Amino acid sequence: MTINTLARGGWDREQMACFQKMEKVIVAMQDPDMGMKMRNQRLLITVIPHAMTGRDMITWLIQKYCICEEEALHISGMLVRYGYVYPLKEPRSLVLRPDESPYRFQSLNLFPLWINSFPSYMPSAIYLAKKNIRKQGELMEYEKERYSVLHKRINHTWDFVVMQAREQLRASKQRRKADRIVLECQEQAYWLINRPQPGAHNVLDMGLERPNNLSARVTLVSDIITFVKYSEQYQNHDPIMQGCLPSNPWISDDTAHWTMNLQIVPIPSRLRVERWSFSFMELLNDIMGRREFMIYLEKEFSAENLCFWQACEDIRHGESSRIVEKVEEIYKNFLTPGAARWVNVDSKTMDKTLKGIRHPHRFVMDDAQMHIYFLMKKDSYPRYLKSDLYKNLLAKAIVPQETKKR
Amino acid sequence: MCDQTFVAITFGPCDCCGKASPLMNIYIKSEATNYCSFCVEVMATQGLQAGESAASLKKESDSLKKKLEEERAKLSDIELSQVAEKIEVLAPLSIKTRRVLKGHGNKVLCMDWCKDKRRLVSSSQDGKVIVWDAFTLNKEHGVTLPCTWVLACAYAPSGCAVACGGLDNKCSVFPLSLDKNENLNTKKKSVAMHTNYVSGCTFTSSDMQILTSSGDGTCALWDVESGQLLQSFHGHTADVLSLDLAPSETGNTFVSGGCDRKANVWDMRSGQNIQSFECHESDINCVKYYPSGDAFASASDDATCRFYDLRADREVAVYQKDSIIFGASTVDFSLSGRLLFAGYNDYTINAWDVLKGTRVSALFGHENRVSRVRVSPDGTALCSASWDNTLRYLGFGWATYSTVSKGFR
Repeated sequence: MTINTLARGGWDREQMACFQKMEKVIVAMQDPDMGMKMRNQRLLITVIPHAMTGRDMITWLIQKYCICEEEALHISGMLVRYGYVYPLKEPRSLVLRPDESPYRFQSLNLFPLWINSFPSYMPSAIYLAKKNIRKQGELMEYEKERYSVLHKRINHTWDFVVMQAREQLRASKQRRKADRIVLECQEQAYWLINRPQPGAHNVLDMGLERPNNLSARVTLVSDIITFVKYSEQYQNHDPIMQGCLPSNPWISDDTAHWTMNLQIVPIPSRLRVERWSFSFMELLNDIMGRREFMIYLEKEFSAENLCFWQACEDIRHGESSRIVEKVEEIYKNFLTPGAARWVNVDSKTMDKTLKGIRHPHRFVMDDAQMHIYFLMKKDSYPRYLKSDLYKNLLAKAIVPQETKKR
Repeated sequence: MCDQTFVAITFGPCDCCGKASPLMNIYIKSEATNYCSFCVEVMATQGLQAGESAASLKKESDSLKKKLEEERAKLSDIELSQVAEKIEVLAPLSIKTRRVLKGHGNKVLCMDWCKDKRRLVSSSQDGKVIVWDAFTLNKEHGVTLPCTWVLACAYAPSGCAVACGGLDNKCSVFPLSLDKNENLNTKKKSVAMHTNYVSGCTFTSSDMQILTSSGDGTCALWDVESGQLLQSFHGHTADVLSLDLAPSETGNTFVSGGCDRKANVWDMRSGQNIQSFECHESDINCVKYYPSGDAFASASDDATCRFYDLRADREVAVYQKDSIIFGASTVDFSLSGRLLFAGYNDYTINAWDVLKGTRVSALFGHENRVSRVRVSPDGTALCSASWDNTLRYLGFGWATYSTVSKGFR
């Protein structure tokens, strides 16, 4: 069937080199100094920001690579066909017109090839459901067929699919017209390439499988972006990058910064409370954060989870001689049916843990601990961040005045 | 951008299971969240009985995840600096020595910060280990080991003990007493025993366990109380010179680097070598994790420092310059991970922009090799230890044309 027409198979490094080279061109085009000039482009009556014209791209390519117009037209055409650049006018036609037609760069982490290795049918189903609702059933033939195949295949999740489609439509109505046009074009271009019409040119058809070159592990753009994002997120918290308030003690000889950030203080600083929202680990690593979280959990009658987690940590990192006694304590307090602070671990994990307890060792609680950790992380933690308790703390938190340095 | 059906606008930890994967924006009760594909499937089938479908879905997801990994392995190379091209360039960083700690009579080989952000322990070639309040420059404790070349020292997380070791092939733990006159040697506890020198040691999350690396080619995990060997790690084919514990949520891995030019990542629980990187052209002197735990850096005698992405299982940046000829002996990251400080055998310290791969600053000031650089636990200071018998504190300033002056000196 046409759902997975793309021959993903054993692509080897040589075949992938072309994607790497295309990515390099795209990155160079977006270079702040030497790249293309982006400006507002007009699409009928709407103004689209950060766009460029087909003519701009060709001119840039000619200059950068010292090639003729024909070659530049060809290269830019390939960039559009592979989805690195998408058209705003006539989005169904993935062709580069060397005139004033507006184009935009696809997001860096949406490069088609990588996305395609994702096996889920969900996004494709949601897209078709959305289109179906919007066009009131007027889909193209191949889209209708796909829709019904998907409907059969993932029938058990269809309610969810329709619900998501409706939510997305609702959210998009709240956008400004320019943004809506851009996003619709972006989305349309993406699906045209990744789920092409049967019979249409399929750029992602890679031919026969070739044996894997297992030694050639490679890097994803998305992996590296996480480092960029992490550094950006923590930049304000890095005293070397941004200084620290009220002053850096090593420079000003004033220990106020440390006093304000002791392990336990009556009112924590704003940066510190903000940091708890970066990840669950940040919250737990800070004693005050953990304490506040415990208070919240007590209100929710799920404090036993955090107590259990802490007790497990104590076993993992504590003295070897006390392991047996600590494991017994945990069993008595948290795992026995009817225990005062019984924790809700799934039956399989519980069975495994209870069996392991008969021969206790340092890591016997690992599975149960992990289960409870993720339970807190996905459920209680996000709710805590939205709670009044957290919000009030953030509002009350101190932002110290910067003091002049000596 | 929750009104689009892309599979992944972002890559990061799933809001449901926490694993880092390509994420989908979905709505749950009109709230936008990010789930990985497995959790989306689970969420969408919530009508089914919990016990039944979860197990089969899990099995399917495990095999899908494996397939996904294989697919990912076939994609194109890209360097960190290319992706970072759009980020603003850092203004030149000025580094100035703000304080000098004098007190060692011989080469300072190692130092470690205390969690209280101002104390530190340092060790030297003549067997002396000193605990300082670096802020007031006071020596608080001192002990002399019966051996020379104390290559490794570490502060316990509680702040109540220090560990050190070196040519004696051992790693000993000294509880710090409040009584300044008490001879710390009386309470000394011998914990680790190797068959060659101890090159590195660190406490794990508590005072109860230490991890050591040794010239005998192994690393080992010890129980402090009993001195028992809990786990040993075999795989290096030459001296292991350095190790670092991962700051991850599951806290189960560490990385080591050695004279066999390899950097190995180990599972502490099983003792297995889970990843290995052989990219340097000479001995690896130091390894250090990036603050998020997803990457680490290494410093080598080949005059380069390198940055490795653990998920992509590959080196993604090399920090080198033609004018840098001497080996790098030590590295550490600033709190946000944006800067990498490296100490070299030509007495200099270079600060690198981790993302762009360029050097941001060079510090000349030590009069002999820099043996260790460490950023303080709250990121406020950088301390460097050197063979010129001193430790220095370094203050930072950015050129004034960047935002409101936050301390240009």
